[in-house]
Amino acid sequence: MLRKSAQRIYLFLIFLFLYLPIVVLIVLSFNNSKSKVLWGGFTLDWYKKLFSNSAIMEAFSTTVFISLASAVIATLLGTLAALGIDAMKKRGQAVMLGATNIPLLNADIVTGISMMLLFVRFTRLGISTVLIAHITFNIPYVILNVLPKLKQSSRTAYEAALDLGAAPLYAFRKIIWPQILPGVLSGFLMAMTMSLDDFSVTYFTKGAGINTLSTMIYTEMRKGIRPEMYALSTLLFLIALILLLFMNFGPTARKEARP
Amino acid sequence: MRNLKRQLLAGPYILWMAGFILLPVLMILYYAFTATGGNFTFLNVSSITFSVHLKALVLSLKLGLICTVICLALSYPLAMILNSMKAKSQGFIVFIFILPMWMNFMLRILAWRMLLSNNGIINSLLGTFGLPGIDILNTPTAVVFCMVYDFLPFMILPIYNAMSRIQPDIIEAARDLGAGSLIIFFKIIVPLTMSGVVSGIIMVFVPALTSFAVSDLLGGGKVLLIGNVIEQAFMQEYNWNLGSGLSFVLMIFVIASMALMNSRGDENGTGVW
Repeated sequence: MLRKSAQRIYLFLIFLFLYLPIVVLIVLSFNNSKSKVLWGGFTLDWYKKLFSNSAIMEAFSTTVFISLASAVIATLLGTLAALGIDAMKKRGQAVMLGATNIPLLNADIVTGISMMLLFVRFTRLGISTVLIAHITFNIPYVILNVLPKLKQSSRTAYEAALDLGAAPLYAFRKIIWPQILPGVLSGFLMAMTMSLDDFSVTYFTKGAGINTLSTMIYTEMRKGIRPEMYALSTLLFLIALILLLFMNFGPTARKEARP
Repeated sequence: MRNLKRQLLAGPYILWMAGFILLPVLMILYYAFTATGGNFTFLNVSSITFSVHLKALVLSLKLGLICTVICLALSYPLAMILNSMKAKSQGFIVFIFILPMWMNFMLRILAWRMLLSNNGIINSLLGTFGLPGIDILNTPTAVVFCMVYDFLPFMILPIYNAMSRIQPDIIEAARDLGAGSLIIFFKIIVPLTMSGVVSGIIMVFVPALTSFAVSDLLGGGKVLLIGNVIEQAFMQEYNWNLGSGLSFVLMIFVIASMALMNSRGDENGTGVW
């Protein structure tokens, strides 16, 4: 009994630590006062200000464009790569997976800087360099989501289809594709969230005048915090919540059977 | 034959990796070992021994270590508690504990900056209870605080995953054979979750070691980590050779810490994903 309540208290304390900052941000976004502490009544003014702030809105649309485009391209390249890697021999697979892990394990700052050095040498920094950088760190997430599904998929059904005269592409579409689709979708969603959340890589690879939300908040914060940021936080938190609910409990959720 | 054709599907990815992962790393190496004129030099790399750089590196290692230890100490009991809960509610509760991880990294920093500021919530709460306020914004303590907040889920998840894979039968068998709770903990639970602990440590220590945004925004320019030194070399001094040299040193530290950790636990696929 005592043990149970001690556990509850511990869970609650960690929960508080994790959510207190978020709750405070959300509450302040409705606060009709510039104070960080005093409650000045309910207002939606900060949201109105947020939507009429063209710099924030532009950063928002850049962010959405970058994360969607990079996730789509990374999903395409990553899924093809997973199919190729799956067909390789053990040795080749090990080499490919090792290489795939590099951007996952490398420090963000080093990834960002190394790509900046490359881009500056051969082209100019702009929105396309950010896009390329995001695709690069997104591909591994897609591969790591698709590959396990490919390993689980039944090979015999595919071979039987070929023996019965199906064209490889047709057999792939009818047999392999439905089996790996959940992996492809969760890889896509993960790539998108990683891209949405990125700061360091964007910071180093973006051209002047281009901002994603992360880099814009960074610059804003060095000047001081405006209440519009609270409203922005609240909206972004809601988006993250919806995305994550979809990933965990939606149709693509990984149902892991627990023993 | 058909197999070979299928392998070609990885072709675009291999080209992409060569162009945007391998080549950039080579660029860093090139700049790290050349002077502005293009002549070979060790100076950029060896400049890590300058007292400013060395101090930043030592501070980064120290804060990274503290952050990792705190995360581990908080996560391990949490993972055990989560694992002991009923299977039905478990999925949802785990979800609650990883949700903050998905909030924008910058916004999490923003939230802590606001909470910790001198006229912020925490201080006014302390004030209402008649307690003295804390003045930790712009100190290493604030940086560690925010890093723990940022990276805690990266520790919780792998440990929890490893723990949920332990078969209850094993624990029951040990109990039947007369093992007490302590023995079960040290002889079964700890060894079987080691791989999760190792990936957790890597996933917390590496970003904590290399971060520059947290220390920049919560340290108020007074907490200089190696990431800040590198960032300033590139973005303020435009000294790419120096920045690359220091990045090279940082890379070595990252690789060394990962090699060290990986030699202690076997790869068991208990990563976050």
